[in-house]
Amino acid sequence: MTTGASRTAGGRSGGAATLTLVRAINEGLRRAMEEDPKVLVMGEDVGKLGGVFRVTDGLQKDFGEDRVIDTPLAESGIIGTAIGLALRGYRPVCEIQFDGFVFPAADQIITQLAKMRMRSLGALRLPVVVRIPFGGGIGAVEHHSESPEVHFTHTGGLRVVACSNPADGYHMIRQAIRCEDPVIFFEPKRRYWDKAPVDLDADPDLPLDKGRVVRPGTDVTLLAYGPMVRTCLEAAVAAEEDGRSLEVIDLRSLSPLDTELVVESVRRTGRCVVVHEAPVFSGYGAELAARITEQCFYHLEAPVLRVGGFSTPYPPSRLEDHYLPDLDRVLDAVDRTFAY
Amino acid sequence: MAVNTNAPVGAETYGAAAPPELVQLLTPEGERVEHPDYDIDLTPEQVRSLYRDLVLVRRIDLEAVALQRQGELGIWASLLGQEAAQIGSGRALSDQDMVFPTYREHGVAWCRNVDPIKLLGLFRGVSHGGWDPAEHNFHLYTIVIGSQTLHAVGYAMGIQRDGAEAAAIVYFGDGATSQGDVNESFIWAAVNNAPVVFFCQNNQWAISEPLEKQSRIPLYRRASGFGFPGIRVDGNDVFACLAVTREALRNAREGQGPTLIEAYTYRMGAHTTSDDPTRYRVESELEAWKLKDPIERVKAYLFKNELADQEFFEAIDLEADELGKDLRRRCLELPDPDPLAIFENVYAEPHALLQEEREQFAAYLASFEGVA
Ligand SMILES: Cc1ncc(C[n+]2csc(CCOP(=O)(O)OP(=O)(O)O)c2C)c(N)n1
Repeated sequence: MTTGASRTAGGRSGGAATLTLVRAINEGLRRAMEEDPKVLVMGEDVGKLGGVFRVTDGLQKDFGEDRVIDTPLAESGIIGTAIGLALRGYRPVCEIQFDGFVFPAADQIITQLAKMRMRSLGALRLPVVVRIPFGGGIGAVEHHSESPEVHFTHTGGLRVVACSNPADGYHMIRQAIRCEDPVIFFEPKRRYWDKAPVDLDADPDLPLDKGRVVRPGTDVTLLAYGPMVRTCLEAAVAAEEDGRSLEVIDLRSLSPLDTELVVESVRRTGRCVVVHEAPVFSGYGAELAARITEQCFYHLEAPVLRVGGFSTPYPPSRLEDHYLPDLDRVLDAVDRTFAY
Repeated sequence: MAVNTNAPVGAETYGAAAPPELVQLLTPEGERVEHPDYDIDLTPEQVRSLYRDLVLVRRIDLEAVALQRQGELGIWASLLGQEAAQIGSGRALSDQDMVFPTYREHGVAWCRNVDPIKLLGLFRGVSHGGWDPAEHNFHLYTIVIGSQTLHAVGYAMGIQRDGAEAAAIVYFGDGATSQGDVNESFIWAAVNNAPVVFFCQNNQWAISEPLEKQSRIPLYRRASGFGFPGIRVDGNDVFACLAVTREALRNAREGQGPTLIEAYTYRMGAHTTSDDPTRYRVESELEAWKLKDPIERVKAYLFKNELADQEFFEAIDLEADELGKDLRRRCLELPDPDPLAIFENVYAEPHALLQEEREQFAAYLASFEGVA
């Protein structure tokens, strides 16, 4: 097993490598830029610094300042100009530095980016990717730990996806860039340094809008995405010691949702726990619970339970371990589904 | 295809970062200079007091950086190099004036008597604020870039309606001037003739992005396009910062509307402790700015004019040592908040959903009690 992607003289890397999520997305961006000269990377500090998380590290050096653009410090401007560039045939990949800073751009994303295709009766295409490092668990100050996904899943016209591991990071970013629709691309920042093998030359094994069973099981279905996938996998390992078999699904795509995959699993297990970091109330889990109730009613042994954040602002970091779902809270919910 | 988005034609002529025509009252060598519009009469006691502020604030900052390095703070945004801009403007304020800071205004906080442990607590992650803004006329730190500029203008509009003898002052960085909110705040301030002072600390960098990535003209000149005066001041000169801010605040209080002050200074440290400036900044730049150190020039002035002796400087250093030690001890003693504090102060009035979540979470926590 190699520890990094091997790179040829031309800068192109290939083969199988063990990469962090940061590096995998970086390789995905690199590959996309090599394949299509219309692909641009833009955002605050994405150039020389390589982004505050280094996801765009080295791209400006290799592709130049015309294709890897350090923008002024203005999120509305980043998305608004990306829309204009897309209208002119470019494929901008925008970085929003942290989840909490997408809101200055929310106007452009929600009122413009999402709606232009429909308004043009399908004449326009808006292949804009908005990358957002999201979620907590890194001990940061305010506005650096949020999970704003439902603002976007609630907006028709956007595709919303979340990767959870390096291989998906690499393939999903390339698929998102190729996609003709706007894609809000969530990256779980506390999993940025997780390592796993990535085959850089393989084709993706799943379309962008499909979910995946990451651990098969028979007793309970755990539904998760982004940072919570690993937490759920850990919970499944712990539950096994108690003789419980948990199936873990990584949703990957939040909009559209791979409903079929979810329904098939829950019909089989009869129990379901949804896990996300965002507040539970009015959250993504509410959508899942409602959908599953509609489509699996007669197969359910217990109501669909949700584990997630509270209906409060994200707390100061010294309290985040209490706020964020952990193994114990997932297992506690699993216990409760057996109490019915 | 050469797009050349990099070096706009005429960038040299417009010179966003060109050597500034700025108000200076004290040279880097500690020489007092005159300026036709801005003069200031300071007693020796006042100068010594400014020096003390500068030194103590730098010590708070250095101690915080050290604490972060030792894992006691999650992150820290250092003000190193910006002490004069903050102390000069901070000491120009009257008690009635209201401050709207970013996340780096530790020196202004000092002038408003906010206990520095509160600042450390915020970066340690025990709170998102921690002080009562009304008690100090110093609003909470704001992390979302530029948001607070609009709050300051609205607050100033309130002052105006109340006929009060006060002004609002709002701090932000050079990068922030690119934000929509900041530009909107300029418009609101202008059309309302609001009693507000926009205090931009141009420390040359917005994380890795130099000023040229944000502006093609010197920032203070932006103001004229919005219809109010802008002025550039040597941000490493505490006298000049004091004089210019005092005048702008007086104008605001007297009904003459807003002013944009661009304090031309330099971020000597990293953007925050998470940043690595070696990736984008050359060392020689830092060396050049070190020669303009805001503290050294006041020290030189005091020395040259025999306004302070060695004993004075030693006493201040001792005081700084004590302050640093005390702050360190109090930081280590800061307890983590109670887990149920997550639910506190979210609403002013009872909220059924939160009550329910709080009870459930309390029961969940209690279920661990007695479990080894
Ligand atoms: C809306 C928003 N976008 C991005 C960030 C991340 N960020 C924090 S500080 C900073 C640079 C700010 O530069 P400047 O305004 O010049 O102030 P300085 O920190 O240099 O004092 C950035 C991009 C943020 N806090 N808010």
